[in-house]
Amino acid sequence: MKLLRLAPENTKFGFMRFRRVSYPLSATLSIISVMMFLFVGMNYGIDFAGGTQVDMRAKSGEAHLAELRATAESLGLGPVEVQQIGGESDVILKLNVQAGGDQGQQAAIAKLREAFSADYEFRSVDSVGPTVSSELVQSGTLGVVVAIIAVLTYLWFRFEWQFAVGAIIGTMHDLLLTVGFFCVTQLEFNQTSIAAILTIVGYSLNETVVVLDRIREVMRKYKRLSTAEIIDMSVNAVLPRTIMTATTVFLALLALFFLGGHVIRSFSAAMIWGIFVATYSSIFICSPMLIYMGVRAESFDKVREKDAAGAEAKAREKA
Amino acid sequence: MLRFAPWKLASVLALVAAAVLVIVPSFLPTQAVDGIALRLPGFIPLRQIVLGLDLQGGAYMLMEVDSASVVKTQVEALRDDVRQKMRDGKIAIAGGIAVDPRGVLVRIADPAERAKAFPLLQSLSQPIGGPLAGGNGRTLAVAETDAGVRLTLTDAAIADKVRHAVGQSIEVLNRRVNAMGTKETVIQQQGANRVLIEVPGLQDTTKLKEIIGQTAKLEFRLVADPGDPPNDVETLPMQKGGATVQVQKRVMVDGGDLVDAQQSFDQQTGEPDVTFRFNLRGGQKFGQVTSENVGRPFAIVLDGKVISAPVIRSPITGGTGQITGNFTLDEASSLAILLRAGALPAKLTVVEERTVGPGLGQDSIDAGKRAAYVGAALVVVYMIATYGIFGVFADLALAVHILLIFASMVLLGATLTLPGIAGIVFTIGMAVDSNVLIYERIREESHLGRSVISALDAGFRRAFATIIDSNVTMFVAALILYLFGSGAVRGFAVSLGLGILTSIITAVTMTRMMIAAWYHRGRPKRLPI
Repeated sequence: MKLLRLAPENTKFGFMRFRRVSYPLSATLSIISVMMFLFVGMNYGIDFAGGTQVDMRAKSGEAHLAELRATAESLGLGPVEVQQIGGESDVILKLNVQAGGDQGQQAAIAKLREAFSADYEFRSVDSVGPTVSSELVQSGTLGVVVAIIAVLTYLWFRFEWQFAVGAIIGTMHDLLLTVGFFCVTQLEFNQTSIAAILTIVGYSLNETVVVLDRIREVMRKYKRLSTAEIIDMSVNAVLPRTIMTATTVFLALLALFFLGGHVIRSFSAAMIWGIFVATYSSIFICSPMLIYMGVRAESFDKVREKDAAGAEAKAREKA
Repeated sequence: MLRFAPWKLASVLALVAAAVLVIVPSFLPTQAVDGIALRLPGFIPLRQIVLGLDLQGGAYMLMEVDSASVVKTQVEALRDDVRQKMRDGKIAIAGGIAVDPRGVLVRIADPAERAKAFPLLQSLSQPIGGPLAGGNGRTLAVAETDAGVRLTLTDAAIADKVRHAVGQSIEVLNRRVNAMGTKETVIQQQGANRVLIEVPGLQDTTKLKEIIGQTAKLEFRLVADPGDPPNDVETLPMQKGGATVQVQKRVMVDGGDLVDAQQSFDQQTGEPDVTFRFNLRGGQKFGQVTSENVGRPFAIVLDGKVISAPVIRSPITGGTGQITGNFTLDEASSLAILLRAGALPAKLTVVEERTVGPGLGQDSIDAGKRAAYVGAALVVVYMIATYGIFGVFADLALAVHILLIFASMVLLGATLTLPGIAGIVFTIGMAVDSNVLIYERIREESHLGRSVISALDAGFRRAFATIIDSNVTMFVAALILYLFGSGAVRGFAVSLGLGILTSIITAVTMTRMMIAAWYHRGRPKRLPI
């Protein structure tokens, strides 16, 4: 049977040459992302902005958007966002945080039920008050920060410091570009988006670790080669695996995006973007970083190297 | 490396068999499972996977105990205590008692009288948590000023009261919600001052909020006399109609002394009313007050609104009474439930509410299933297309991986949510990563000219460190997400975390066994990948 190979084998691409393109490109995209975040902002869902969101389905089979909007606006609940989702009978209605705090929120739900429950089935009602939403923002931000610190601490112990710095920069890059993605697409940013971001951080580091692991291995073996040559060799060696894994994860996410329903669509979209960015950054951002930081085979910890050699010898004896 | 002790193979097979047994009940109807469970000894776990509210439909509410109202109640109680103390000590309070948000000021201008009052008032300050709990500070700060004596509630006392109020609220809410007849309701504390309620299957929270939103603080007070000092009188609205009534601030008896309340009918008019019964203490107090005030009207006050103000015709010493107030049948029975369950110690405010109807829940389950099937099918086909027979091994391991995720979720009692399903679909893509790492390494080693057996050996050995490193980073992300996330997002963290753990077992150990078996059968000279 002829097997499918997406990645060409025994490649000898000069990936490191691309850093003259990839660094300015990534720097520009990162700056644009920050600018977008500051001046355009993300489309925060009610988890973080507070407010009320109602998912309704017309009992008659067709939702009349204009009529809905007019009725909702006449209730005196501030600006109303009406949005059609999926079929023509499904709509989402969104209200801002009401004046009068948490009690105001409750009054708003009661008014909506009164106004629409005759013609619409209330498929879900979510209401987040101002206190809870600000707490969710806090815990979400804290979660992302703590996750990054925890994972980097692990890398610090496991690898030389230059590798950890490379990984930090790569992860920050992926994080910024994901934020930029949310700003550009204006996909709703909610709690599941935080989950997406943390998973992207995990995936990005996973990719980085695989490449760095190989770089370290090759560096020990070929002490004469220049750092750029070593990195090129390593990236080429792991390239089939990188493409393979990115593809399987992408396939799974694709199914989730198209079939998983509207509730998690923004999550799947962000993840798909994240997979691409993480794959790109592990090759074109993290690895070249080692050249700039002057990692050389000689700079390796001799004791550690001896340990590794000893362990390998032992393992061979056992086998 | 390609030899396995039989016991290792046996334990892997046993693990798979156990996992199958664990998840079987989740695919049976609940009634059938309950039926089987009755005939099995209790130590055998027969559980179904727990679906989150976003999948099975239901209501989630997070409520906050209003600290301000706890403090207000405490201050009012303090004022009554002070008045009682001064009366007992026969000290006249010349300037009355001024109430502010955190305490009271007893206005006594005469220094001699003030000196007499001070030790008495100081005795009101108790150790926090009762007289037996030592060393945690006291409930009141008592200070003498030129104007009189100030009593201020301490921060520690307020924190203690709020904590109590949350515990008490949970008890009261449990009684109320159970009286509503909903099942599998979860009521638990969250953080310092919050209570969360989850009611599976409930869609419209209006009725629930009616039942849990009322404090249901019942008080019996005398209607004010023209001769009462204006400081001791307040004006309260009637519950029905726009009228107001002037009543004394002092509470004669309150709902805390009730032991029972039932909806009944007035014997003369036949209208719905509520019959209540006091405990011994309440009965005595009520008897005493009614016999001292025959001919005077008293007000029945619920949450600051007067239900009715009947005239006391004769002393009520039996410890029972009726509340009438033009009730409908529904109102009377709701009031009876509320009185029976007791008053909430403080007002509860809903700070977060999420309800999912059964329609959307089912749609989400269907969509999640479809995405999982299609996602898994794509990955399975792609793996076989790329790695042939080794791809089949990876796919078998993948099937066991999914099985183990579900089984461990059932055993842990973890909740499956929609983001949780997304997590599983994601790990389907991720789990084969370990296989890919191993297989690509095997190929490389074989390209270097190694024999089949040595390429396989080197592939597994060299890829292992990378697999551990890369999975640890992912697992840390999942762990943090679990710690900081809330609600349905935690479900994602759970399935992602479990998926990483099980994928190491399946993708590394199981694949290795299958490849070993494959090698020993045919002794192939060439690798199929």
